[in-house]
Amino acid sequence: MMLRYLLNKIALLIPTLVGITICAFAFVRLLPGDPILAMAGEHGVAPARYEELKEQFGYNLPIWEQYARYVGEVATGDFGVSISSKRPVLEEFKTLFPATLELSFFAMIFAMVIGIPAGIFAAVKRGSWFDQSLMGTALVGYSMPIFWWGLLLIIFFSGYLGWTPVSGRIGLQFFFKPITGFMTIDSLLHGKWDAFRSALSHLVLPSIVLGTIPLAVIARQTRSAMLEVLGEDYVRTARAKGLSAARVIGVHALRNALIPVVTTIGLQVGTLLAGAILTETIFAWPGIGKWMVDSIFKRDYVVVQSGLLLIALIVMAVNLIVDVLYAVINPRIRAA
Amino acid sequence: MKKTMTFAAALLAASVLSGMASAKTLVYCSEASPANFDPGTTTGGNDFDASSRTVYSRLVEFKHGGTEIEPGLADKWEISDDGLVYTFHLHPGVKFQTTDYFKPTRDLNADDVVFSFDRQFNKQNPWNGDKYLPNLTWDYYTGMDMPKYVAKWEKVDDLTVKLTLTEPNAPMLANLGMDFASIVSKEYADQLQKDGKMADFSTKPVGTGPFQFVDYQLDSVIRYAANPDYFKGKEKIDDLVFAITPDATARIQKVLAGECDVAPYPNPADIATIKANKDVTLLDQAGLNIGYMSYNTTIPPLDKPEVRHALNQAIDREALIKSLFQDAGATPAENLIPPTMWSWNKDVKTDTYNPEAAKKVLADAGLKEIQLWASDRVRPYNPNFQRAAELIQADWAKVGVKANIVNYEWTKYREEGKKKDRPGAFQIGWTGDNGDPDNFFATLFACSAIGVSNYSSWCDKDFEDLIQKAKKTSDQAERTKLYEQAQVIFAKQAPAFLLAHSQVYAVVRNNVTGFKMDPLGIHRFDGVDKSE
Repeated sequence: MMLRYLLNKIALLIPTLVGITICAFAFVRLLPGDPILAMAGEHGVAPARYEELKEQFGYNLPIWEQYARYVGEVATGDFGVSISSKRPVLEEFKTLFPATLELSFFAMIFAMVIGIPAGIFAAVKRGSWFDQSLMGTALVGYSMPIFWWGLLLIIFFSGYLGWTPVSGRIGLQFFFKPITGFMTIDSLLHGKWDAFRSALSHLVLPSIVLGTIPLAVIARQTRSAMLEVLGEDYVRTARAKGLSAARVIGVHALRNALIPVVTTIGLQVGTLLAGAILTETIFAWPGIGKWMVDSIFKRDYVVVQSGLLLIALIVMAVNLIVDVLYAVINPRIRAA
Repeated sequence: MKKTMTFAAALLAASVLSGMASAKTLVYCSEASPANFDPGTTTGGNDFDASSRTVYSRLVEFKHGGTEIEPGLADKWEISDDGLVYTFHLHPGVKFQTTDYFKPTRDLNADDVVFSFDRQFNKQNPWNGDKYLPNLTWDYYTGMDMPKYVAKWEKVDDLTVKLTLTEPNAPMLANLGMDFASIVSKEYADQLQKDGKMADFSTKPVGTGPFQFVDYQLDSVIRYAANPDYFKGKEKIDDLVFAITPDATARIQKVLAGECDVAPYPNPADIATIKANKDVTLLDQAGLNIGYMSYNTTIPPLDKPEVRHALNQAIDREALIKSLFQDAGATPAENLIPPTMWSWNKDVKTDTYNPEAAKKVLADAGLKEIQLWASDRVRPYNPNFQRAAELIQADWAKVGVKANIVNYEWTKYREEGKKKDRPGAFQIGWTGDNGDPDNFFATLFACSAIGVSNYSSWCDKDFEDLIQKAKKTSDQAERTKLYEQAQVIFAKQAPAFLLAHSQVYAVVRNNVTGFKMDPLGIHRFDGVDKSE
């Protein structure tokens, strides 16, 4: 049963995958103007040279042939070579992805540690001033423009109060070779406590900024899930048995309420990666979000195209994992 | 403030612990990651800051803070009377940097110079193509027309190199001071080729410049150390760090918080904050650029200079510049070249605002409608073409000329705009490459540039004679005179409306000395020092 469910889910990914390759491919071709002229800038490019470059980049082939070539390359794990740095896209991606992962991880921790208790409390004290102000704040948090929010925090906490570093991943005085690519782990592996503290202090603001939208979503989802289960018969039974309020909420209600919350958390991965694009740019965080923005500015079409595809693949993989986990937690799904 | 203290304390602690008594570290908050560290293959200003201006040197150099040429790796040079042969005499005993990935066994010699250029055009050179890096285009070498002018590079002896040209071309010397003309080590290249690690040439650079490469964490931090063997003497700074910080506001906050010492390109909105801060200084300079609007001088009635003058006079330029550049400011352009460039003619003035006079001339000429071109791209010399078009449209309406705004996306815009018979007024601009006036006058208004980058389709015999003569003359004093005359003709003929040279800024902490704004838009750290 479980295997069939899994295969079913994977089969459904194939059209999505095809769709994504078409999108990534078309996106670059749909941009107005000629990519070679766009790369050339004010200088322009001599006609002979133009033809030469066109051939070099394969833009002279019919469009379907370009697409076939592209899919063939991707299928064999060849994501192309960056136009500007001339390095393989996959290699750059592997170098930068741990930074994004580390930031996303801390952003998620921030969102969960605050979001889940706040949601529970709001549900328990439904209608109270706390509940109403929390829901109001969550709405504000959800609609907050990340760019503005990030700069505001930098100007206040780093500029005015001087509590946190402005940007970057670690103090510049710390300098060691990466092992895992995770600054917090690498600093510990090198036995450098100061470096670890510096890495953590650099994570504070960007994690808050990136975690704000997931925090709002998780708080709201926890609240509504809790409200639902608090009205269930088994909760009433538990209360009638004379169990303490803490036990009723913490064990009987929460465990059941968490099922949809876990799914929500999984689905936030897309939000995190989208948010990382802006957050990383503001905080000079050397991850894949900033890499994508840089590449757009440099008109490095190869990186934009393959980066888009790689990010989409990650989101798809995470969604698949969430689907499977959900089926594990909630056996009813498997039958459907 | 508190943060500054902890940072300084941590820094102190770190340096004491590592036993380095007082290593001086200068942190530069750069605006973008370098594509790679081989300046022959890259094109961005940030690429050059991180490679050619730190790690490498060239045969000739630009004066720090100017566009004049001074000796670099070549102590002196001779140019033959016919302007075709350049003989360079290399400084003896110049050492390539010793790093943990390369130990040079010999000093710089003529082979390195010949190799540095040969690899950029000779298809037989293994470093020219895919064996080294995929999809190499050598943009600057071809963009500066080097293949057209260079006949050959020859080694005369270890310390003498001869360059032969196909025709006289005075700007060649300025080209050789450009980033793409950085001198690389042939010995290092040979070693990498033998080891099968050619790509390392672009990621682990070795040069003869003031700083040597230590480490690069992708998209994050670049580290350099002072080159102890630098032929002009070791720098005062021990360590140079580039902290890559793309967001302009974050960059400025970092300087204010003392996390970096120098940062380029602040947001116009932050300029007031910077000026109010006692710990930092805002440096500014007219950039090596020009924003202008080309009239097609071949289509009546725009073929008459008086009509073009009248259109210029109808534009309230001061208000236009203020509205476009706002707090950032810009230097109103009097000539095609900016005042920081040699040969700028201080006596030439462009048209002043005079709508009454303009109205009469335009009515007499029967000009009722005109196309006015605008695109969507933000350029350093014009942050908003569309807004400029609307303001000019309003000004022209006041003198009885109806302007129809034509919009295209940037790439298409230039394709359409450069056509010989494109009608009307076309907004465009230029950022200079090598600080040579030829790079402005000939590139933008030579007869041969019609259909390429002469958006006015303007071909004036007197102007053309002057700039062609200047191109073939090696004596700079004489060239200056020729360009000064060319500017007089340009002002008289008015093939374009001259807007402004945008202002370029950098923020520097007050304990940093010797940092200068550079008209070429590069950021150099040779000669820079820092007190505690």
